[in-house]
Amino acid sequence: MDYFAQQLINGLVLGSIYGLIAIGYTMVYGIVGMINFAHGDIFMIGGFIALITFLILVSFGLTAIPLILLVVLLVSMAITALYGWTVERIAYRPLRHSFRLAPMLSAIGMSFVLTNFSQVSQGARVKPVPPIITGGHTLHEGADGFVVQLSNIQIIVVITTVVLLALFTWLVSRTRLGRDMRACEQDQTMAALLGVDVDRTISMTFVIGAALAAVAGMMYLLYYGLVDFFMGFVAGIKAFTAAVLGGIGSLPGAMLGGLLIGLIETLWSAYFSVEYKDVAAFSILIVVLIFLPTGLLGRPEVEKV
Amino acid sequence: MSAPLPASAPASRAPGAALIFKNAAISALVALVLFSLMIGVRTEAGPDGQLTYWTRFGELATVVALVFGGSIIVELLRQWWGPASETKIIPPSVQNGLAVAGRWIGPVLLVFAILIPVIFYNERYLLDLSILVLTYVMLGWGLNVVVGLAGLLDLGYVAFYAVGAYSYALLATNFGLSFWICLPLAGILAAFCGVLLGFPVLRLRGDYLAIVTLAFGEIIRLVLINWQSLTGGPNGVTGIPRPTLFGIPLTPADDGLAALLRIEFSPTHRIVFLFYLILALALITNWVTIRLRRLPIGRAWEALREDEVACRALGINTTTTKLTAFATGAMFGGFAGAFFATRQGFISPESFTFHESALVLAIVVLGGMGSQLGVVLAAIAMIGGFELFRGLDQYRMLVFGLAMVLLMIWRPRGLIGHRAPTVFLEKNQAISSDLVKEGHG
Repeated sequence: MDYFAQQLINGLVLGSIYGLIAIGYTMVYGIVGMINFAHGDIFMIGGFIALITFLILVSFGLTAIPLILLVVLLVSMAITALYGWTVERIAYRPLRHSFRLAPMLSAIGMSFVLTNFSQVSQGARVKPVPPIITGGHTLHEGADGFVVQLSNIQIIVVITTVVLLALFTWLVSRTRLGRDMRACEQDQTMAALLGVDVDRTISMTFVIGAALAAVAGMMYLLYYGLVDFFMGFVAGIKAFTAAVLGGIGSLPGAMLGGLLIGLIETLWSAYFSVEYKDVAAFSILIVVLIFLPTGLLGRPEVEKV
Repeated sequence: MSAPLPASAPASRAPGAALIFKNAAISALVALVLFSLMIGVRTEAGPDGQLTYWTRFGELATVVALVFGGSIIVELLRQWWGPASETKIIPPSVQNGLAVAGRWIGPVLLVFAILIPVIFYNERYLLDLSILVLTYVMLGWGLNVVVGLAGLLDLGYVAFYAVGAYSYALLATNFGLSFWICLPLAGILAAFCGVLLGFPVLRLRGDYLAIVTLAFGEIIRLVLINWQSLTGGPNGVTGIPRPTLFGIPLTPADDGLAALLRIEFSPTHRIVFLFYLILALALITNWVTIRLRRLPIGRAWEALREDEVACRALGINTTTTKLTAFATGAMFGGFAGAFFATRQGFISPESFTFHESALVLAIVVLGGMGSQLGVVLAAIAMIGGFELFRGLDQYRMLVFGLAMVLLMIWRPRGLIGHRAPTVFLEKNQAISSDLVKEGHG
């Protein structure tokens, strides 16, 4: 039971990171209707920028951890958001009214560009960082000596995710930008006729998605203590799986899917085999889609003739 | 995308020098922020595992300057190029030209392909490269059945390639079966996998289909890596037997082909044999596809791509239509995989990553979805271009990705952007591929 509780905590933390990335996929899909294949790599870039900012701040002699974390968070969100904007501007906007496969291939190309850009510019080796946040709390000590731990990093990851989600939900449901985004999702032509700047709204969608991915990248860096140029691919596929599992286009669905994928992966590695954890996550995706072809919270797609 | 301006106001189209300069300055500023940390600072783990960093402001300045200059050049080129035309029906003059070219390019390429081993007999590198290109042509033609004809977006095509390769490798190394027995077996096993993938995705459409096929490809690769007792895990399978000319080995041995023909043995014989083998396999793929397009099943595929609802209403069984498309495409992938295994003599899961699937899909889409000739041209362009940049080493994939983005922006509909419909009323008329649907998955 204690072991299960510990795995549950680990799974939820991993799931929060996946959920943050999945929101970017699902938002872009909802508005533009394309799979943003480069999103996983945006997450990776976010991790790298967080790492570099952290190194620079430490070498300048800053020691106050909360201040460092805040600055790292803001810098990586800002620069990564600009990456998201640039990718949309260069690779997707010229193809917006093209046929469906063109932006997708352009996105795959952009994903190769970002992966190899960071390999070329930062080297292929894994970048480890020493644990920045240490310590934790013992929740429960079992009779057999197994201790259920909740580390401070895990608390920070979960709190950050919850705060960001609250902020993001407020943004989508209460602000002008959120209303524009929902309008574009329903009908771009009509939204444009009613005075919504569609281009700007789509750009902002990419910017917000990239900023959330940057947070996920920084959390990954804090939690696992390393980044490398290839981490975007696997994380990206899993987050996309999460978005599809939750029902693509649905924001709560993305978070739910992320948590589920995180839990499945952790529990599977804990009880069955570590090697097949990804196989398990993908198999669950296939099984869910057989019975619920639009995901858990997705709207059924009705085609009218 | 800016609103199209009326053609009568060409003067307002062309931005002045000041505006171009301003845009370039903005681009340079964006580049400066983007690259400030990623290029301006280099991190590396020191000998004691501690991360250190050093600055590279020189490189940063160079890149920003390049972006500044590049955006000016791009803007000037755009003005010089002029707006793109938007005609849907190809004008008759162009159509005639295309018809003549289409009638000649295919046969000329074929004759050239047959003559390649004769012309370049001593150029081992070129022969190897053409074998590689032909392998991708075959894969592209195979995937074209699924994506181009049936309109089902498959991002995990490499799985069937892997199944074919491993089928041959394992059957040959464990049971000593010859290539010619394994080839059909590899095709059948891959087709079986295609049906296996087809069943769960029957009800899925569009991007759900894309992600499930991608997941399927990853599952196959992960199983290949982790099922160590069967597949050898990451180390792969070694010592895969070379193909024989229907039982006659291409070796310097006494019963080898060279000894039988009483000619001097040369290792190039095997390369030439492999070349003709893949050429024959690719041509069979092409021939079968062309014939299938004229059969009811091929018509059903294209109908499925155009409109699935109408397809059902007309009484076409979409289940069998989709499954046969997956199975046929997968079978050709399996053949290509078996050939790959026998050519390399060694296979490992490394060769079957998502990158391969993306490359084959890029060849199909760049070829103009459904155009057989387009696939050939796209394969030559992609693989040949990839080889051209071999000297760039680590920048190669970067250039490859950029090329993919630029090609898509330049020709979203592929190199061969027109189509000759197989069914027509009274008169065959080539149409722009804008009019061809890409299918809902």
